[in-house]
Amino acid sequence: MTPAGADTVRVHLLVVRSTHWINVLAIFIMAASGWRIYNASPLFGFGFPNDWTLGGWLAGALQWHFAAMWLLAASGLVYVTYGIASGYFRRKLLPITPAAVWRDVAAAFRGKLAHDDLRVYNAPQRAAYLSAILIAIVLVLSGLVLWKPVQFYPLGLLIGDYEGARYVHFFAMAALVLFVIVHVVMVLLVPRTFPTMFTGRARVPAAARRG
Amino acid sequence: MKKRLSGMGESLRGHSRPQIERIERRLFLRRGLSLGALALLSGCSVTDAESVQKVLWAMSRWNDRVQGWIFDPSRLAPEFPESAITMPFPFNAFYSMNKVPAVDAAGYKLELGGLVREKRPWTLPGLYALQPQVSQVTRHICVEGWSAIGKWSGVRFSDFLKRVGADLTAKYVGFKCADKYHTSIDMPTALHPQTLLTFRFADQILPAPFGFPMKLRMPTKLGFKNPKHIVAIFVTNEYPGGYWEDQGYNWFSGS
Repeated sequence: MTPAGADTVRVHLLVVRSTHWINVLAIFIMAASGWRIYNASPLFGFGFPNDWTLGGWLAGALQWHFAAMWLLAASGLVYVTYGIASGYFRRKLLPITPAAVWRDVAAAFRGKLAHDDLRVYNAPQRAAYLSAILIAIVLVLSGLVLWKPVQFYPLGLLIGDYEGARYVHFFAMAALVLFVIVHVVMVLLVPRTFPTMFTGRARVPAAARRG
Repeated sequence: MKKRLSGMGESLRGHSRPQIERIERRLFLRRGLSLGALALLSGCSVTDAESVQKVLWAMSRWNDRVQGWIFDPSRLAPEFPESAITMPFPFNAFYSMNKVPAVDAAGYKLELGGLVREKRPWTLPGLYALQPQVSQVTRHICVEGWSAIGKWSGVRFSDFLKRVGADLTAKYVGFKCADKYHTSIDMPTALHPQTLLTFRFADQILPAPFGFPMKLRMPTKLGFKNPKHIVAIFVTNEYPGGYWEDQGYNWFSGS
């Protein structure tokens, strides 16, 4: 662990780190139990291997799903409220332009994408993190429609009522799982980002040291 | 295990400091590894642990309360045109189709119990003569995820409860069925205008697989909460549970 000292800088605030790890737990539970719920009445011609699922049977999976939803809602609400109110999202995630995303992705494939200062997200990172937040919001809203299709009927009409919400919920899940996979691969490629998600600190970037 | 480790630590006191630290680190590593392996290998038993189950059941009870707050007694479930009716309508029960109970229409009696003033049992002709008769084309949503649209006809359950002098301030209405099924609902849902005591399905006398002679239809609850083949109704303040509810399915299960 990098000691907090003159040669380190703050990369992640405590609120971001703690909500991040609570979200990891909540999303893991939601996905694993959700796959079991999906298996009870598959939308497509496949089911998830039961070994990958949580809950043991449909009732157990539903219990996990509807317990962990509170964890996700609470943690997500703190994160999004903080992100908007403090200007954190605006500072860290904006602006995003397609040209910048394309430039950085191309640079990454040439091995030329510098990620020296962990405090600044590159364009694909910004796009990915913002997408993940929006996908999670879609997951929660479509989940509300599935949970209470009568009480949240007006919301349901935006996404094709109960039956439409099943597809929206499924594809949003798939998109979030894809994000998680890419996210973990990126952390494996740039491993020094990993400890900063616990300590919140990283070494002072070379450029800043020189300056 | 813990005791043995601390004993070892004591016996090592006299040795040089780096060696102790090395050994302690190794012990810590081994303990850490075995904990990790335990969590991985016995993932199932961790989630089956009694304490975890207690938390999940407590959360389910909490979700019952939240659903009670969310439930709007005047919000109606969507109704559909008859052209939207699902054909054939799926059969679903905790047994297969050939185990559907054969209820004898002539000998049928509906028993009433609990906080009800008029406990006289009802015969089928008496129930069929109840007025006013209403119909609904609504969506049945199964806890498994699928949904189907059907047409049910009968009388408003709130009218029936008033007619028999039920205590409408009681918490629960419970149901016992000819197929040994049982369930219970909250009073606000029992009084919802779309909660019907139904005798007809698709304009026919309720067929046996769909609950002859009587099914409680609630488009504001999941399918399994809608009891079929009802033979007894009771009003109570004691939580009655239910066949699936006692096994872990959420009790309120509102839509």
